[in-house]
Amino acid sequence: MFKTYEDLPLTPITNVSSRTNKTGLWRTFKPVIDYEKCIKCYICWKFCPDVAIIINDFPQIDYDYCKGCGICANECPKNAITMEKEE
Amino acid sequence: MKKVVTGNEALAYGAKIARAEVIPAYPITPQTTVVEKIADFMADGEMKAKYIKVESEHSAMAACIAASNAGARTFTATSAHGLTLMHELLFWASGARLPIVMGNINRAMGPPWSVWADHLDSIAQRDTGWMQFYCENNQEVLDTVIQAYKICEDKDILLPAFINEDAFYLSHTSELVDIPDQERVDEFLPPYELQLKLDIDNPMGFGSLVMPEWYMEFRYKIAEAMDRSRKKIQQVSKEFNKMFGRSYEMLDLYRCEDAEAVFIAVGTMASTAKEVVDTMRKEGKDVGVARLRVFRPFPVDEIRELAKTVDFIGVMDRSYSFGYGGAIFSEIKAALYNSDYKPIVKDYIVGLGGKDVTPKVLEKIFTDGLKVRTKGLKDKEIEWIGVKGLGGW
Repeated sequence: MFKTYEDLPLTPITNVSSRTNKTGLWRTFKPVIDYEKCIKCYICWKFCPDVAIIINDFPQIDYDYCKGCGICANECPKNAITMEKEE
Repeated sequence: MKKVVTGNEALAYGAKIARAEVIPAYPITPQTTVVEKIADFMADGEMKAKYIKVESEHSAMAACIAASNAGARTFTATSAHGLTLMHELLFWASGARLPIVMGNINRAMGPPWSVWADHLDSIAQRDTGWMQFYCENNQEVLDTVIQAYKICEDKDILLPAFINEDAFYLSHTSELVDIPDQERVDEFLPPYELQLKLDIDNPMGFGSLVMPEWYMEFRYKIAEAMDRSRKKIQQVSKEFNKMFGRSYEMLDLYRCEDAEAVFIAVGTMASTAKEVVDTMRKEGKDVGVARLRVFRPFPVDEIRELAKTVDFIGVMDRSYSFGYGGAIFSEIKAALYNSDYKPIVKDYIVGLGGKDVTPKVLEKIFTDGLKVRTKGLKDKEIEWIGVKGLGGW
């Protein structure tokens, strides 16, 4: 590991991509989709600022990266997404 | 090849023969003809690069950063409000240790709206971690672009630089400029190699978060690199001289060795000042001019050396920091405070917004300096020159 400033690289670089940084850990509330109400309009996918909604016919939340901002729940025209407190 | 070109064309030729590979461009008066000329080169098939038309200067610098991080030699140019819009990204470029080279046409900040020469735009970027060069003529503009890439891309430096030229005095004025042959430039300037770069096949995180226990350590590395750049600038100038027969000092001294009073000039004003020195020398007045070519890194040793032999230093600042004095005046005094030689230093605020700094104006300043040298400063440490209603000038 680094002991002095001289051991450091020139600029902070991580040798792995930011995919390893699972931002889902930041979440306090998580979006849950009620597939009975979902009409597959994909508005939630369009609005997700973190590309954390995957379309697989129906939309699915990628809980590894979803930070729980709740924009999808707010935008859903059928109120099919509810925000539930994380355990 | 010798060609009659404007300062802006000299910047464009510099980018071309330095083989800049990515040119993010956003136009602003009086910079526009720089990126226009580069577009011409590319349309004519004389220059191979990626030309990115961006929506603002903020984006122009963001594109430079990304391209430089991917290992491409990048060039852009801007002016005044464009440069200040880039401000945030300028910090990023130096912090990410990217050797971006940029042209800046020194222009006044509004309001009052102005497109004319003034150094406030670049002086206000003092703390961004960029090297700053100020040119006296179009030849120096072109030569400095080539030198800047060599300095910036050195593995011991890896910092960005911008090259300043006075609006219209250089940007739109034509002079005979020697444009070095491509093969010779290629020999002088090897291709840009970046060790760790953006690569879609090998993704990495750039500009990561650092906790307080390591932040200062990264900043200290930048401080060290900027300190090392003083020697590097001189070394590259010597190598350039060997190859192309032209050399440049960080502090360009003109008839200073036996001068009683020396005046600091920056940019094109220095040429006029040298003329005035010659005229006054004939009248037996021992004045000299020191042209500050590099503002960052600041040539502290050269200033201290100069102070050993003179009793008076007059600083002609083409910018003003509201609240206290011109920046170059403040920096020179700061450099001298802990040295053994402390000549009187007086600040002359001149030429803001392109107000002409004529030989007559400079002669009055030099005469005032000689008087202050013997009689002392009294209350006028900072004086605005040529302001209607202030009198005396």
